[in-house]
Amino acid sequence: MKLSELASTIRSKNAGVDHVTFDIIFRDRDAYVRTVDSGAVNAESVAELYGIDQSRVASFVVFEPAQAIKFTIRRKHSAGSPGEPDPFGSQFYPPLFDLEIP
Amino acid sequence: MKIMSPTGHLGFTPIEKDSFAAGIAEGPDAIVADSGSADIGPYPLGADLAHSPEDWQRQDLELCLLGARELGVPLVIGSASDTGTDRGVDRYAEIIRELAETHGLAPFRLATIKSELPPERLQKALDDGIAITGLNGREDADIDTIARTEHSVAVMGVEPIAQALEDGADVVICGRSSDSAIFAAVAESRGGLPRSSALLAGKLLECASFCAEPFMGKETVIGEIDAEGVTVYPMHPGQRCTPASVASHAMYERMDPFSEHVPGGRLDMTNLHFEQVDERRTRVTGAEWVPSEHFGVKIEGAGKIGERAISIMGIRDPYTLSRLDDVLAWSRDKLVERYGSPDERGYSVYFHVYGRDGVMGSFEPTPKVTGHEVGIVVEAVAQTPEAAEDVCALASRNLFYARLPEVKGTAGGASFFSDEVMAARPAYEWTLNHVVVLDKQQGVTDEASSLFRTEIVTVAATEGAVR
Repeated sequence: MKLSELASTIRSKNAGVDHVTFDIIFRDRDAYVRTVDSGAVNAESVAELYGIDQSRVASFVVFEPAQAIKFTIRRKHSAGSPGEPDPFGSQFYPPLFDLEIP
Repeated sequence: MKIMSPTGHLGFTPIEKDSFAAGIAEGPDAIVADSGSADIGPYPLGADLAHSPEDWQRQDLELCLLGARELGVPLVIGSASDTGTDRGVDRYAEIIRELAETHGLAPFRLATIKSELPPERLQKALDDGIAITGLNGREDADIDTIARTEHSVAVMGVEPIAQALEDGADVVICGRSSDSAIFAAVAESRGGLPRSSALLAGKLLECASFCAEPFMGKETVIGEIDAEGVTVYPMHPGQRCTPASVASHAMYERMDPFSEHVPGGRLDMTNLHFEQVDERRTRVTGAEWVPSEHFGVKIEGAGKIGERAISIMGIRDPYTLSRLDDVLAWSRDKLVERYGSPDERGYSVYFHVYGRDGVMGSFEPTPKVTGHEVGIVVEAVAQTPEAAEDVCALASRNLFYARLPEVKGTAGGASFFSDEVMAARPAYEWTLNHVVVLDKQQGVTDEASSLFRTEIVTVAATEGAVR
């Protein structure tokens, strides 16, 4: 199943001036457990998806209180620098939709 | 105690008045609003300019000031005028005085707390051997970093704001401040509440209606705080604070959902517990305050890179689209031919290709053109406005003149939005996102308080203006 069919919220946003953070939030407990247990979303798979070295995945955590998976990637240049896209980091999330969750 | 939060960024877009009025009717013990954000990019701080129209800032300040004075409760505004520079603090204080006069308000005590840190002081800190440590993987600051900085601010925590309130301030206008600390300062100094629930309240309330669902901005929410935790509820009748909405806000726009760092320690949110109280209220408990050995103060700074110009182009020919990289390379080659290499000559050009990877740039996993056309924003940066315009014009026109062997259209390879180059605001960069660590043994209080300069004055409307 695709991640977009399991998660209720998938979003991205600046976390400070150098990073973009991604939140994948599940309303449905089973969908959350299934996704976390599958291990399909991890630092390696998101690095591969975004075509970046894994060292630029600055953090990857499961946040139980919100039934959420959260990871953060480092931008090439700080937000708002010339050439650096999307100064709020709010449109980085859509590639996550098609991640296949077994 | 009850704290009312009417907006996540005062002045950014105007506060919604109906839920604000509903909040006032709840009789809160304080009104607190942050006016800053780093999302707006490095330009407003670097150039020291407001990012929002003053009309909107004034409207929001007017609502908050009149509400707070009517109730006789404190008003705390953080990060004045988007960036929290001294200019922002002075301007907001001036607006408060003008509003007091306009509305004939009874006398009240106005505190300003400035936190701008001129680059010379940072240079002196380096000279004194005080480390300016990069945050989250940034390099530590050196002489070059400081030289590239035009304006910088220290981000204040709870202490200077709580002190101003303890000293009798009714209205506090803060320079750059941690958004959770402006709430915590009120909860501690006026509510006598522990740092754990005071800071938790700040964390939950700082973006106002973002902690409720469905998604709405600029609507008022209220937090009821006690020694164990916080109960949050919205003032817009269509919103609810649910464990899911409040928990998802607790992790919003931050790398580490388990910690909120402020000078002097961190709020540990690992064991937060979210409990639905009724249909519209959620109670949060389980936060812990963990004091740190050192007193770390965050520093933000920005500086200018160069002048900037942009133009807008479009390409529709499918063959040209299939050879787009060749077209862009042609344009870059013509720039080098005319002006020399970008590195040597101090200019740069960026092609933002909407319809391919304009939104995400190098992060785009599928940088292919799949539609029938693309839009290209040509962005040029150079040392003078004229040079930026010339580089931008040449880069744009060479998309038009690009040479491709099989092209059928031989009267121009690209469409101009209009054959003009638009002057854009100068290019800036975040030079500082660092922490200055002040050792307790070196006298935390003196060092820290000297970063934050407080003045308290009485504001009184002239006699004829008093209601």
